[in-house]
Amino acid sequence: MKTIWTIARRELGAYFSSPVAYVFIVIFLLLTGFFTFMVGRFFERGLADLLPFFVWHPWLYLFLVPAVGMRLWSEELRLGTIELLFTMPVTPWQAILGKFLASWLFLLIALVLTFPMVVTVSYLGHPDLGRILSGYGGSFLMAGTFLAITCMTSSLTRNQVVSFILSVVICLFLILCSWPPITDIVVNWAPAWLIDAFAGIGVMTHYEGFQRGVIDSRDLLFFLSVIVFFLFTTSVILRAHRA
Amino acid sequence: MITVEKLTKSFGSKLAVDNISFSVQKGEVLGFLGPNGAGKSTSMRLITGYLPPAAGKVSVCGFDVVEEPLKSRRKIGYLPENAPIYSDMSVFGFLRFCAELRGLFGEARNKAIERVVQLCFLQPVLEQSVDTLSKGYRHRTCLAQAIVHDPDVLILDEPTDGLDPNQKHEIRTLIRRMGQDKAIIFSTHILEEVESACTRAIIIDRGRIVANGTPDELKARAPLAGTIIVTLRGTTWQAVEVELSRLRFLEKSELILESDSRVTARLQPKGDLLAEVLALAQTQRWQVEHLNVDEGRLEDVFRSITLPDTKTASAT
Repeated sequence: MKTIWTIARRELGAYFSSPVAYVFIVIFLLLTGFFTFMVGRFFERGLADLLPFFVWHPWLYLFLVPAVGMRLWSEELRLGTIELLFTMPVTPWQAILGKFLASWLFLLIALVLTFPMVVTVSYLGHPDLGRILSGYGGSFLMAGTFLAITCMTSSLTRNQVVSFILSVVICLFLILCSWPPITDIVVNWAPAWLIDAFAGIGVMTHYEGFQRGVIDSRDLLFFLSVIVFFLFTTSVILRAHRA
Repeated sequence: MITVEKLTKSFGSKLAVDNISFSVQKGEVLGFLGPNGAGKSTSMRLITGYLPPAAGKVSVCGFDVVEEPLKSRRKIGYLPENAPIYSDMSVFGFLRFCAELRGLFGEARNKAIERVVQLCFLQPVLEQSVDTLSKGYRHRTCLAQAIVHDPDVLILDEPTDGLDPNQKHEIRTLIRRMGQDKAIIFSTHILEEVESACTRAIIIDRGRIVANGTPDELKARAPLAGTIIVTLRGTTWQAVEVELSRLRFLEKSELILESDSRVTARLQPKGDLLAEVLALAQTQRWQVEHLNVDEGRLEDVFRSITLPDTKTASAT
């Protein structure tokens, strides 16, 4: 546990010792603001909820999470420090979890910094705070899912750009799988079982529940199992690098 | 403390390490020699447990590196090739991170860092970002990381690579001093380093151990080791050669240089030639200006062992 924390703290330090962290947080806040107020028409809707805020998160995460996670293992591979890390008394799981949790914590910090949204909506009306909280929970799980995917892609290559692009493609696939505009087109020719299967692995259907304030254990299980699956894949890939 | 048994590793169809066995005891400094691509770094990665072996066994302080990786790694300090360091940290931050991964916290950690900072002369750059370090400081920072937990076993892959002569000397002195109560393996291309710091050396070529012994033993295997080089004044090679040919223990003699009044020759012995030559010089009243028994040079051993192919190639 102490080892995981040591590794996580180093990763967090790496974010904040460079401009990356600040640039990311500023961009994230600007974009959430822009989409919520300009595109989402927060004021015109006249409803005291954060739906126009949360609905954009998957699309923001699609690009921002791979940007946060792309260096996790690529950098280790490029610098050769992975040899240092794996000759320390550290198990692969401690290293993987340490890095993953550090980045997830970083994303949580960015997410928490959107609290003015909550303040605004509470000032203007009487929103359902439970629903907002569950919306944040879903958003956080979505970020973790994309981050786990980025973890995996960054362990594949020493090139951060490649890891970024691969990760965006996989995340995009998971979004589009169950994104209504796509499924509406596909529904005309694809068999029903295929649509269901894709809807099942798509992140959007699972994300919607949280926005409606419904924490379904199946949705929770979905996000957590996808995270575990991709972290496990990361460990397999890292082992393959050495063998 | 380090036991390597029949270690084998291949990458694809290429055999990188081929059935090597050796052991290193406490108080020994083992030099790893070999041409580039001979399998030195791979062997070291196998010993540290970074790479899994295809066959064979490595144990460090009694712990198998595959079966009990965490226990064996705690005993090892490792400096990988090219001294990799996290580029986004300060020297102190990096050392603190490594010390904490080694299980040192609080006061023990600070003391350990202070100790290695002194040993590796890192005081001037302690707060500096690793990014901005010169190569010498980078190397020493990574070396400091390897010894921060005062390990029983040290594996150093080219610890003096890229350092200036003064720094090389400092590192060598450090290795020799630490070697008194640790088991150390270090690889190098610089043969004089082996002579000055190692108690034993192994030469690896194409994944196999081709020589294993103390530097003196290895030097004795040089093609010219044991030959006598003598310089005489006031005589000619013609006269000397006639006298020499009567010696019982002379295998062959060879003129190196003849100038105005000096003759320098190399004498190949097949017994106690030195005494004979001295006696001859006395009876002949030769003026011996210089007499030297060639100890052999490691470089010659290295070349003669690791270059058999080019020899046969040039012969045909």
